[in-house]
Amino acid sequence: MSLASYLLGIGASLLVLGFAVEQLRRRRMRERHAVWWFAAGFLALAASVFPRSLDWLASTIGISVPVNLVFFASIAILFLVSLQHSAELTALESKTRALAEQVALLELRLKDAEDQARRDD
Amino acid sequence: MRQRTAKIIARYMPQMARCQLSRRCYDPPMVAASHNVLVVVPALNEEESVGAVVTTILSENPGATVLVVDDGSTDATRNVALAAGARVASLPFNLGVGGAMRVGFHYALDHGHDVVVQVDADGQHDPAEIPTLVENLREADLVLGARFAGVGGYKVRGPRRWAMVVLASVLSRSLHTRLTDTTSGFRASGPRAIALFARHYPAEYLGDTIESLVIAARSGLRVVQTPVAMRSRTTGTPSHNAIKSAIYLGRAVLALIFAYVRPSSTYGTKVVT
Repeated sequence: MSLASYLLGIGASLLVLGFAVEQLRRRRMRERHAVWWFAAGFLALAASVFPRSLDWLASTIGISVPVNLVFFASIAILFLVSLQHSAELTALESKTRALAEQVALLELRLKDAEDQARRDD
Repeated sequence: MRQRTAKIIARYMPQMARCQLSRRCYDPPMVAASHNVLVVVPALNEEESVGAVVTTILSENPGATVLVVDDGSTDATRNVALAAGARVASLPFNLGVGGAMRVGFHYALDHGHDVVVQVDADGQHDPAEIPTLVENLREADLVLGARFAGVGGYKVRGPRRWAMVVLASVLSRSLHTRLTDTTSGFRASGPRAIALFARHYPAEYLGDTIESLVIAARSGLRVVQTPVAMRSRTTGTPSHNAIKSAIYLGRAVLALIFAYVRPSSTYGTKVVT
């Protein structure tokens, strides 16, 4: 491994971590969404600072090509994030739907109240 | 309004709770001799037919209130319905029949209606049959107007027909009654069904027909069907595409399975009043 690729790995993981921290700091991302990116960033940082640890972990769990472990972990994290987003999207949709129903009913009541007020004048 | 809602729920929920304990319910439903009927018409871009539908409902059912739920229409549906003498609730965007019916059930609770009849805005349901549906609420909480029960000339073939057969046999068994047309959108709900559906009417695709029947079954409501003649649609054409029908079959079976495996907590059968 050349020094350049070593530094690239560290730089990329620091970028992910820095981005997550910044989004959290500006309230652009909620903590429960940021936690995945923190986990991914820290894992990537650990693997790029100590490449030997990756080799050791891969051989321990029986993966012959260590980079496959990286792919596996990355896909697993993206998959979980995506699942979480689907669930949150569903929750948001049902909240929006409930609001729309309320708006329709409230509008009807408002019209009635306005008509009533006009008749009373 | 709120007090009235609370009163209706307090009046009918004890019966519902009893039904849930026994899983099957034979209590006579609480429909008074003179009904306070709300006819709910979900409408999406039906400016050509909704006016005639509303006019016919009002002339065939004096005393009934018609609530057209404008499901995000971009045409003149709202104004046509208002001009025909309906009350109109406009949704800010399209929610589907399930969402529109939830508005209807909430409106019924808020305004003290003890019967809600759902009628399609495309004119395929004959408003002259509404009294028949309401009459049948004497022995049930939910009455379905069935299209294949001998009256009228409505025919379906292929995967769409298989879907209807599968749904009918499964739902008939779980509701302890003979149903032949479970996806009918022509139905009348009594007070107990209104109280349940105002809170838990499903808004997903096919939820308003299939899952609502499963919810009724799992909450101990009594469901019956009554034969009704269907008029051919006044506007639009029904789809007879084989691939679409097959997809429909798949989604219907999926909806049915998930309706049964859903935890009962999501129905809130133990409704807090």
